[in-house]
Amino acid sequence: MPRHKLIASESDVSIEVDEGKDNEFSLYYVEVEESSKKGKEKQTTRDGRRRRDKNGEVSRRRASERRTTEGGNKRAEKKHERRQKTARKEGEKHGKRQRRKNADEEEAEEESNKEKKNIKNERTKTLKLEDEKEKDVKKKRKKRVKNEEDDGSSGKTKQKDCHAMPMKEKEKKKKRKKPETTSESECKSESESESDSDSESKDNQAVGVLGSLTPEELEKLKEAVEERKKLIATLKGKPWPMKKKLVILRESQEFVEKYEGALGKGKGRKLYAYKVMMMKKWMKFQRDIENFKTACIPWEMKIKEIESHFGSSVASYFIFLRWMYGINMILFGLTFGLVMVPEALMGKPYGSLPRKTVPREEEASAMNFAVLWDFGGYARYSVLFYGYYNNQRAIGWLKFRMPLSYFLVGVGIVAYSYMVVIRTMARNANEEGGGDDTSFNFSWKTFTSWDYLIGNPETADNKFASITTSFKEAIVEEQESRKDDNIHLTRFLRVLANFLVLCCLAGSGYLIYFVVRRSQKFALAGLENYGWWERNEVNMVMSLLGMFCPMLFDVISTLENYHPRIALQWQLGRIFALFLGNLYTFIIALMDAIQLKRVEEDIVKKNMTIWQANLYNGTVPDNSTAPPVTVHPADVPRGPCWETMVGQEFVRLIISDTMTTYITLLIGDFLRAVLVRFLNNCWCWDLEYGFPSYSEFDVSGNVLGLIFNQGMIWMGAFYAPCLPALNLLRLHVSMYLQCWAVMCCNVPQERVFKASGSNNFYMAMLLVILFLSTLPAIYTIVSIPPSFDCGPFSGKNRMFDVIQETLETDFPPWFGKVFSYASNPGLVLPFLLLLVLAIYYLQSTSKTYKRVNMELKKKLQTQNEENKKKNKLAALKAANELEQAKKAGEQRSNSASDLGVNEESSNIDEAGEHRQAGQNGHFIHSSQTQHTQNSEPSVSSNHTTTRPPPSRGHTSSGHLPGVSTC
Amino acid sequence: MGGTSSKLPKDLLSEYQELTFLTKQEILLAHKIFSELQGRENGPYGSRVSMEKVLTLPELKSNPFRKRICHVFSTSDMKDGSLSFEDFLDLLSAFSDSATLEIKSHYAFRIFDFDDDGTLDGRDLEKLVNCLTGETDDTRLTAEEMRQLISNILEESDIDKDGTVNLSEFQHVISRSPDFVSSFKIVL
Repeated sequence: MPRHKLIASESDVSIEVDEGKDNEFSLYYVEVEESSKKGKEKQTTRDGRRRRDKNGEVSRRRASERRTTEGGNKRAEKKHERRQKTARKEGEKHGKRQRRKNADEEEAEEESNKEKKNIKNERTKTLKLEDEKEKDVKKKRKKRVKNEEDDGSSGKTKQKDCHAMPMKEKEKKKKRKKPETTSESECKSESESESDSDSESKDNQAVGVLGSLTPEELEKLKEAVEERKKLIATLKGKPWPMKKKLVILRESQEFVEKYEGALGKGKGRKLYAYKVMMMKKWMKFQRDIENFKTACIPWEMKIKEIESHFGSSVASYFIFLRWMYGINMILFGLTFGLVMVPEALMGKPYGSLPRKTVPREEEASAMNFAVLWDFGGYARYSVLFYGYYNNQRAIGWLKFRMPLSYFLVGVGIVAYSYMVVIRTMARNANEEGGGDDTSFNFSWKTFTSWDYLIGNPETADNKFASITTSFKEAIVEEQESRKDDNIHLTRFLRVLANFLVLCCLAGSGYLIYFVVRRSQKFALAGLENYGWWERNEVNMVMSLLGMFCPMLFDVISTLENYHPRIALQWQLGRIFALFLGNLYTFIIALMDAIQLKRVEEDIVKKNMTIWQANLYNGTVPDNSTAPPVTVHPADVPRGPCWETMVGQEFVRLIISDTMTTYITLLIGDFLRAVLVRFLNNCWCWDLEYGFPSYSEFDVSGNVLGLIFNQGMIWMGAFYAPCLPALNLLRLHVSMYLQCWAVMCCNVPQERVFKASGSNNFYMAMLLVILFLSTLPAIYTIVSIPPSFDCGPFSGKNRMFDVIQETLETDFPPWFGKVFSYASNPGLVLPFLLLLVLAIYYLQSTSKTYKRVNMELKKKLQTQNEENKKKNKLAALKAANELEQAKKAGEQRSNSASDLGVNEESSNIDEAGEHRQAGQNGHFIHSSQTQHTQNSEPSVSSNHTTTRPPPSRGHTSSGHLPGVSTC
Repeated sequence: MGGTSSKLPKDLLSEYQELTFLTKQEILLAHKIFSELQGRENGPYGSRVSMEKVLTLPELKSNPFRKRICHVFSTSDMKDGSLSFEDFLDLLSAFSDSATLEIKSHYAFRIFDFDDDGTLDGRDLEKLVNCLTGETDDTRLTAEEMRQLISNILEESDIDKDGTVNLSEFQHVISRSPDFVSSFKIVL
């Protein structure tokens, strides 16, 4: 190949000398020279010093030439000769680079459009005579083609060869060439400018080539550098092999480094250099942070292991668990740091107040484990519960506003949770991005159904089976959209199933209500007379219901004969309803209990005054100024403190729920697995594949359990600040326990579902639960007056009065005034109205956007199809035309071999035009390629556009002998 | 191998970070695993690991496309699917969490293009479906089902109606799929 090109360039020289006046030829060869020069300069960019020296040499020589020669034409010719020589040298040295030169030929023309200025400058110098004609490069090209067709000299065919050679490579390299070529043109212009400044350049070149750059050239160079940088940044997104990427990275890094250094020579270079340096540092810092962040994610390896064994759906549960853990960590931080620790450190110590002391009658059993396990005794009179906190406005030397802090933390927990859940939902929705249209049902099944994470042969087998069934189902569905022979029976069964489920739900609701009522009766009668079961009846019943009802639903749902995915949704919905029903029954029963406690409280209050009167009357009669009698706080009578009772109930619920979860895990999964594994040898049927077998990991049930657990935390956290801490503990243990259980005793699911689809579904459930669990909490806070003798808000009419109090005492009076004005209904109502209007407006606009988006999608699709059809027609037509043209050409020329060459060249040329047109957009050369170039649709590929030429070439070469014979 | 010779040079490591979607830890882990694979062959640094060795990795063991994956990412001249360390990194990068949809779909297309001709035609799709349904006979689709399935696929995704699915059509289809990115992943 290098030899080829060498000959070609030599012949070029000779031709040029011979036909120096012929404009087309010389023009073309100037281009060749330019490109060869570029090739040289490209090489020199690679090692900077040599390049500089050479450039200097060139410019020196050029300068001297200029002095000696007078006529522009002659000088140009000489220049050409000299350049040819250098080009030839280059050719000898770097044979490989010849390919690039060819590519550069193409580039040069593109360049000529883009950077006409530089190249034209040179051209006008070299070819002053034919100045007017050369304006359009296309014309020249066309003529050249004709020339080549007419004249079959050897030098030209070789050039064509060179054209044909690196098609693919050119296209590949184009991207990274661009910046290079622009920079080369810079070099060129720069060297020229040097040669213009005659003798001074000799002295200047030592200083640096870039010193003499004009601002706009500098700007361009900067652009090139920026482009390189962009290339570096996007390099990782390119589907190239690593070797190529490495080479390109190194090249462009070198380039950037060199020119960045050079760019710094001009004005404000220090700033520029500083910026560049900081940029680099920043990038490195970011990368380190990124590395650090990924290293900090807990349980990553565990989850990945599970992911590789069970696929992404099981892993999604653990990722959800981890996310939950993170949220609870924040909640725990809030309650622990702002409520529990300040109270424990700065508040009055245990035993200083009645509310902080175990009453006398309970003292004996306060340390018993059974009592502590129920969170009675000492546990009840501690920072863990609402009742322990004092209503002193400011505590400790920090003057910490305890009641205010308590209230704000309670509000903050809910607000933070809302924010996080909604933000996550929005992000998920963004990621999903309209994946809901089902126009690619089959393609998606084929192309995206394999879960590449699966690394376990068993899971893989399940996956194979599930994919096959999904294929078969889809095919059957497609073939006959619906069979309605059994529709009545199915309908009946479905109604029946729903009826049964409703019965279940109602039954479980009633059971809970009944149990709660009964427990209140027990509580009134005194718990000490009853056993363990009576005391924990409510929680146990709730947990058992939560355990067995889903199984019942599963059995019932087999009646319905739904598609598995729909069946799963129904199942989830039913379990959700069950949990919700249970929770709300529990809350309603709790409300009843609160009412009872409040009645009790009133009685205690009355008794209290009597007791106090008795106290004073008995000991120090008629003397109010005497010091009050010191009664041990344990002996003071006290109210029932319903808030602590609520908190206790929730804590007990959480504990029993956790216990049931763990015990089910151990019995249902571990014990079953052990039995199946070891009894299998001595059993009459195959246990592993028969009835009990190993259990599957129930993703949806577990997620639901987690969600409801969180709901209880949100509900109870206000009355029991210890709840987030407990939950944190629970989640932490769950993580390890469930990871272990999954890995050691579960088998992969038969119905392997994708995780991503259900992510937002879970989030939506979480949001609903959050809302539903804040409702009762808010209701109790707003509408029920706090207990008179316990908790941070005791003595106030309502809990939120603490805000009012703070405003009045801790803020300047004007602030309170402003606040009272702002909270005026006259202002609040319009504001609410405005909010509603804004929401409505935003929603309607988003709907409109969605619709428009869908329409655009449709339009785009139809347009694509239209375009494709058109293109095909055009390609066919073009092929026909080409054939006809060939026939005509053949009649003109007699030799068959010549024709072959011509045909080939025209083909190649057309391919070149193709590419050029693709880049220039408006460049329409001949009628043959007109249609195919117009409006390249985004969906169509380069494949289809490049397909016509080969097919044409094929047909024509096939026809060729036949044509020549006739 | 082992010892000092198996350590990655620092500048190379940073370049790999620049060129892949992997973090430093992941690259180091990949290198460790790769040297373990290599260790059994006792080759010098930069040598290739044969496809059989690579396929013993648990991450690839049960993947029905494992051979295709090796072939696509291999830069070997022998076309034997053997991987150098850089090929291995390319593989992991394309399958990593943070890789873009574009690069993932590009490689997915090449993996599915069984005859390497740049389009997915009927035969490619048939092989692809057979890979997905597994080797056993009871999960395999019948000829009639296969025909139906392939015609349905082509009907949906072959936008220019030339009987094959090309890269841009493929990417168009893939880009709308909700769970391609989350499932086209391999983690060490």
